[in-house]
Amino acid sequence: MSLWEYANPRKFMALSGAVLPFAAAGTAIALVVGLAWGFFFTPEDYRQGSTVKIIYIHVPSAMVAINCWLMMLVASLVWLIRRHHVSALAAKAAAPIGATMTVIALATGAIWGQPMWGTWWAWDPRLTSFLVLFLFYLGYMALWAAVDNPDTAAELTSVLCIVGSVFAVLSRYALVFWNQGLHQGASLSLDKEENVADVFYWPLLIAIAGFVGLFVTLLLVRTRTEVRARRLQALMARERMG
Amino acid sequence: MMALIARDLALSVRAGGGFGLALAFFLIVVTLTPFAVGPESATLSTIAAGILWLGALLACLLSLDRILALDYEDGALELLATAPIPLEGVAAAKALAHWITTGLPLTLAAPAFGVLLNLPAPGYVWLTLSLAIGTPALSVIGTFGAALTVGLKRGGLLLSLIVLPLYVPTLIFGAEVARRGAEGQGLAGLSTPFALLGGITLATIALLPFASAAAIRINLR
Repeated sequence: MSLWEYANPRKFMALSGAVLPFAAAGTAIALVVGLAWGFFFTPEDYRQGSTVKIIYIHVPSAMVAINCWLMMLVASLVWLIRRHHVSALAAKAAAPIGATMTVIALATGAIWGQPMWGTWWAWDPRLTSFLVLFLFYLGYMALWAAVDNPDTAAELTSVLCIVGSVFAVLSRYALVFWNQGLHQGASLSLDKEENVADVFYWPLLIAIAGFVGLFVTLLLVRTRTEVRARRLQALMARERMG
Repeated sequence: MMALIARDLALSVRAGGGFGLALAFFLIVVTLTPFAVGPESATLSTIAAGILWLGALLACLLSLDRILALDYEDGALELLATAPIPLEGVAAAKALAHWITTGLPLTLAAPAFGVLLNLPAPGYVWLTLSLAIGTPALSVIGTFGAALTVGLKRGGLLLSLIVLPLYVPTLIFGAEVARRGAEGQGLAGLSTPFALLGGITLATIALLPFASAAAIRINLR
């Protein structure tokens, strides 16, 4: 009995099918509790007013957006090293979720930034690196879509994911440097984790748990869809042969 | 490897006219810029360094799909894969040939185009140096992108989508060197981005041919 057993598609389907209802229910509960608590039962910030409440969507989606790429990197490595198809399919299934989360983080950030900073968008390193991350997601998904042979596509996207990870980290630090070169130090720090007050802390944690749960649920659904699509392809190929 | 480089150079000069294409594209970008932002020389001189870097980058991008696609179509790439030199060496040689045919001419042409955009006088040295140091990285990264998309029918647009995010760090440091140089900061002011630009180039030359070779192997299988 080891973790690698679930690399077998049949085992994976059985386990994920059993886990899925619980994951979905847990996600729903955490999201409802976290967001409702955050939106309706926390005080307004004395300087930001009610706009502070966007933190319950912005921070969790941003965290998921970054960690989704990390998960894709691990899945790509597993595929390249151990050749488990489920792993490659999971990486493929994760990319659109991560891209969507990146867009949500950017959009909520812009909505928050308009009244607070007086601008929808500033070329702050954090904002810019998220935009670059979004471009990486786009390139990754486009490569998946463009290659016909699924195994070749899995290999190529894995290589791209690994090289892309290095360049994404490089870009992140290059952007910090670039911004300091252009402006004075970042006065628009988004680092709310450090100074978020206790009243906001627990609903934020629950909202983060809800978003992570949402990611896991969507990932399981999408991976199961990919596995089924692959089976369907195999069946159709067999049909044509016979 | 020398033979491979010589062959690629000869092909790019003789067949298809790929050689001058990037240079002409660079000139067009530089020509169109004043039409877009207006002819005031003060405006132009502040953006000249950035526009020249961006133009060089786009011109480099334009010729990337020629690095491997033609060899893939006529089967030469498969012969190279079975040749006694390692595929990593082939990838590196291809990148070098691409740099000699695009990066180097772009670097040499950039000061002349800088005159068109009213680049401030101290900027010329640093623009040329930063392009000379930075364009090899563009060629190596581009070869990796070309290797990923070589098996595709119409990989051109996809290639741009994949390669452009990878160009971000190189562009940031390269343009930073040129811009600080144009502002009149000497070596003391721009040594940090200059060193980082050199670091990126050396690291990509050392590591990316392995990734390119892996991608070529996958595509040939």
